[in-house]
Amino acid sequence: MTDIDWIARSGARAKGSRPKYFDDPAVDRLLSIVMALAGEVAVVKERLDTVERLLDARGTISRADIEAFEPTAAAGHDRGLMHREFAARILRGVQQDMESLETDESCVEEVSRQLRDS
Amino acid sequence: MIHDDIPPPYSMVGRHGVFPHASHDERARFNFLANLNKHVAGSLGPGNKRAYDKRVRPAFVAAHGREPADRFEVRRAMNADPYHRLWSALKRNNMEMRQQNGRSIVLRQLADLNARAAVASGNGEGLELDPAITIPRYQRAVDTHCMPGSYFGEEVPNDVAAGANYDVGIFVTTGGGMGALSDGGGQAIARWARETRPDWTPRRILDIGVTVGHSALPMAQAYPEAQVVAIDTAAPVLRYGHARARSLGVDNIAFVQANAEDLSRYPDGHFDWVQTTMFLHETSGTALPRIMAEAARVLAPGGLMLHLEQPQYDDTMPLFEQFMRDWDAFNNNEPFWSAMHAFDMHAVLATAGLPRECQFEARLRAVVDETIFPPSIEGDAEDFGRAAVWHAYGAWKPA
Repeated sequence: MTDIDWIARSGARAKGSRPKYFDDPAVDRLLSIVMALAGEVAVVKERLDTVERLLDARGTISRADIEAFEPTAAAGHDRGLMHREFAARILRGVQQDMESLETDESCVEEVSRQLRDS
Repeated sequence: MIHDDIPPPYSMVGRHGVFPHASHDERARFNFLANLNKHVAGSLGPGNKRAYDKRVRPAFVAAHGREPADRFEVRRAMNADPYHRLWSALKRNNMEMRQQNGRSIVLRQLADLNARAAVASGNGEGLELDPAITIPRYQRAVDTHCMPGSYFGEEVPNDVAAGANYDVGIFVTTGGGMGALSDGGGQAIARWARETRPDWTPRRILDIGVTVGHSALPMAQAYPEAQVVAIDTAAPVLRYGHARARSLGVDNIAFVQANAEDLSRYPDGHFDWVQTTMFLHETSGTALPRIMAEAARVLAPGGLMLHLEQPQYDDTMPLFEQFMRDWDAFNNNEPFWSAMHAFDMHAVLATAGLPRECQFEARLRAVVDETIFPPSIEGDAEDFGRAAVWHAYGAWKPA
């Protein structure tokens, strides 16, 4: 046991004013919450993967087995790929924003008008 | 192979006698963050250049009738761009999440860690703490790397928390690029020295800004007959570093609390090798020349001075690249990074008393077990300034 409130202290703020990334500070806060939640979903996914691998291999699990589980390099790569895919999935909007920077598309309303008249 | 840059699982990170134990879910959290970092840097990072080329730079030119004059103008313009804002916010959150996970791993077992460190440190030989050393302003101004408490803060008196948190999370930022013991930089230095001067046998080595010894230990191991003195102003990282070194069986290194601006405890020409590794950018405009002057003074004639940093900004580096390399300065609490990388390091070394004709530059990349950990590729610009590839500025002091 330690005599400090480790949960509170783990989230301590670093000294130095935090950059304001968005005009509305609520957006900064919400992004922090969303990304932390995404991280916890990823943790559950990896834990479930551990459970499945243990069940495949042994047909039984225990908490101790889960804690002690260390994937092989190949399994570790598969799990890393799972996280990468998950990151790509939740950040799809950002990636599509990036792709839109490559184009000079008219808005679909304009395309609709053009098609009507051509 | 698609996605061959997946970091190895955290369970393959090397452990030592004072390495914090990470639970299954804590390991998973680091695995996710390491991959998220890779995705944000590698897959989404290129969007910054696209945003700059497509709209930020044209808008700047339209408004000012000229190109941006320096990296600061690029940054101010990019900081108004929605793509760059979101990308930066994601990256900042990654750093904060890494800190929280690292700290929760360490702090929930802090009493045990302190006890293990005390055991590993034994009688304390080779650990010299000096309560008279004050933390310099360049360390106090902000918490470096957004590490709450930086290198020197204590959660309980005389603890090792700062060192342990620093140690557990390097994997995340570099995606394993620093190797099992996060010592790929130190191994690169040792290999470079052996290859450059195969018959050179330094007797006394000074490592300035050692933190927990990631880079100093490979030097001590490469030259087992040498005595390494590793200094830092922060006691918690020295305590942890000493215990870590001893648990890894490295005894020829002393961890000493000292400020490199004043090395008067050492006589002129005392060391055969003076080394800093990714340290100078964490000092200040006043401190850096003082440190260099002291380092040059304590260096023996014929001795080696070597500083590992990222490449300095010069006129040949595009402003956009300078701006991207500056990201950590303004978003990850490394405020001197920007100014330091604009210094002419050759002039700095010359002013310290090491003439240009004895100076050199070298490129080093992390030496890691590439059967497990990813190689760092020179010129890979996916994560500006963070890849485990360095630019070394050095000199052999005239004999």
